[in-house]
Amino acid sequence: MSGTFVGMPAFPEAAREAVHDTTLRGNLRHATATIRAKRAKAVAEVADWAALREAGKQIKDHTLRHLDRYLVQLEEAVTAAGGTVHWAADADEANRIVADLVKATGESEVVKVKSMATQETGLNEALEAEGIRAYETDLAELIVQLGKDRPSHILVPAIHRNRGEIRDIFRSEMGEWGRPAPDGLTDTPAALAEAARLHLREKFLRAKVGISGANFMVAETGTLVVVESEGNGRMCLTLPETLISVVGIEKIVPTWRDLEVFLQTLPRSSTAERMNPYTSMWTGTSDVDGAATADGPRTFHLVLLDNGRTDTLADEVGRQALRCIRCSACLNVCPVYERAGGHAYGSVYPGPIGAILSPQLRGTRSEIDASLPYASSLCGACYEVCPVAIDIPEVLVHLRERVVQGGVVTERGAKVLLKPAKGHAAERAAMRAARWAFGRPGALRAGQRLASRTRRFHPRTLPGPGKAWSASRELPPVPAEPFRDWWQRTHGGKDGAK
Amino acid sequence: MRVALFLTCVNDTLYPDTGRAAVRLLNRLGVDVDFPVGQTCCGQAHYNTGYRHEAEPLARRYAEVFGGYDAIVTPSGSCGAMVRELYPRMGERARAEGYGDTLAATLAPVVPKTYELTEFLVDVLGVTDVGAYYPHTVTYHPTCHGLRVLGLGDRPRRLLRAVKGLELVELPGAEECCGFGGTFALKNPEVSAAMGADKVRNAASTGAEVLCAADNSCLMHIGGTMTRLRTGMRPVHIAEILASTEEEPAA
Repeated sequence: MSGTFVGMPAFPEAAREAVHDTTLRGNLRHATATIRAKRAKAVAEVADWAALREAGKQIKDHTLRHLDRYLVQLEEAVTAAGGTVHWAADADEANRIVADLVKATGESEVVKVKSMATQETGLNEALEAEGIRAYETDLAELIVQLGKDRPSHILVPAIHRNRGEIRDIFRSEMGEWGRPAPDGLTDTPAALAEAARLHLREKFLRAKVGISGANFMVAETGTLVVVESEGNGRMCLTLPETLISVVGIEKIVPTWRDLEVFLQTLPRSSTAERMNPYTSMWTGTSDVDGAATADGPRTFHLVLLDNGRTDTLADEVGRQALRCIRCSACLNVCPVYERAGGHAYGSVYPGPIGAILSPQLRGTRSEIDASLPYASSLCGACYEVCPVAIDIPEVLVHLRERVVQGGVVTERGAKVLLKPAKGHAAERAAMRAARWAFGRPGALRAGQRLASRTRRFHPRTLPGPGKAWSASRELPPVPAEPFRDWWQRTHGGKDGAK
Repeated sequence: MRVALFLTCVNDTLYPDTGRAAVRLLNRLGVDVDFPVGQTCCGQAHYNTGYRHEAEPLARRYAEVFGGYDAIVTPSGSCGAMVRELYPRMGERARAEGYGDTLAATLAPVVPKTYELTEFLVDVLGVTDVGAYYPHTVTYHPTCHGLRVLGLGDRPRRLLRAVKGLELVELPGAEECCGFGGTFALKNPEVSAAMGADKVRNAASTGAEVLCAADNSCLMHIGGTMTRLRTGMRPVHIAEILASTEEEPAA
């Protein structure tokens, strides 16, 4: 398996493989069902959950509406606290900035806190090309990296792996990257965690450069926040001399007080914990009184990443996706994700949020991105659990319109006219024909009668595109007469059909 | 009160028994229900597949055909949700795109008057015991749009519990989507089928004879999967169970 999502096939094709992989289905069913139940319990404990959800939504909407102002405020605060702020319009620019910063330190390896933004930009691969080795230190990211695999979940990137598979990866790969797995490693969680701890410890102690993302950035103070469970983040944020944080511009909250809401909703939504074990906050390189800190990094760089976010913000329906705090509750509850697995989404953002985020950040021009808005039965379970009330089904349908109808979209700040995606001609014709028939009850009735009268000759399975239905389901029998004929026969024949 | 039945295109064409049951049930409860024959389709499949502009004339037709009634009753959670949740949104979108208020104003009157069948029974008629008799073991699958968009809650179960002779058993994973999802069933057939098979296995594990829901399109998918998996269970629309009496039992 390759470590990149480039050139992925459309979702249905990619999902087909996953659906028939019984090990994967079992791993995902077990993991998502467990976390789903725990989350429901953790959320039910909070009496004012609905109010917190609404507050989170409003804080994010307000911030996004005034993002220009808050970004400048943040830059000023970070600079005042001794940090340096860099602006990256896209993934390449962000990667180049980071690579240059690392090279300037003279180092050739970095330790990494789990970060979606650097997954999104493909930073590890870009650094590799510059001769810099990036070590993932989050347990699940480590499993993915050692296995030359791709992440399949936002919070638990190795959710598609079971304990036995993880033990095998540790045994065969750890030695290539540093301290090998202990002899006789078993697949018990404690043994696997200990192997990872030993392997990672030497990297933490040696590293001079740390790279992170952030869950939040506080505009008024210039404070960055990382919320995590394992403590690897705390190590990377405090031990190295240089810290580089790559953060999407939508991660801002205006004030310190706003964290009150998200530090309640994020842990319960993601890991089903009342409070996550480690919350690290840092403000540039200085202490609260402005003096240089005695501990922590001497140098701090913040790389603010756009990479399609400003374009997404220009769309009044789609922009709500930028409220996302990457909790993964929508993945865990999604019946499609559970069966298709994360890789089928062809992006570091899988699941329902990925299905609305990727086609906005990357556009709908590729096959995979044009298919993502359809990777949902619109059951609405994602919207129900979202702690910032993103109406994912609404955005999915909105993006389906963009795919089949085209229209004006924003790309790199400019309005462009998008053509309808290829491959929808037959569907469009069928939709038009149906609309025509449904506009004329007489035509509809004629069609219904024809179907009823020929019903003895209907095949039990369908050829061509109809196979998509009849390969796994029996066709419903067509009745002897449609309801409207019965009604007219029994209720006086008032034929109002036009 | 002038009450109209919006049967939906799927029921009209493929499930006339559900329509006859809804009429019989409502008549029995003293409601003189009409079936305006100008009705066709709410436009949900168009809208949800991305063809909003093709759905607009169908929504206007709905408003025109049903505008004169005091209540519009539909035996479909998802078509009910289309009218109640998505017609207003369609109006808003047209306004945002510079087409003015006409669509929103045309659709607005029918939106609050549209009720899913179990909602109409419990909220408008104020009944939970509809005098039905159905001597079978039944498990209930709450379909997604009725559950999450309309918020039907326990209304269908309360109605079923009051049916004489009916034993209601809980469906494991009840609130999980069956995998139909309209054109999703065709666009992502493997995932849809896998979801359907899991739903059917859960239903079969209850030992019930009947899987009941308030949406025949979902039941078409679940029932078609049941037949293929040879479970021996039957999908039955809730209207048919509630219409069934000792004198006139459901087939």
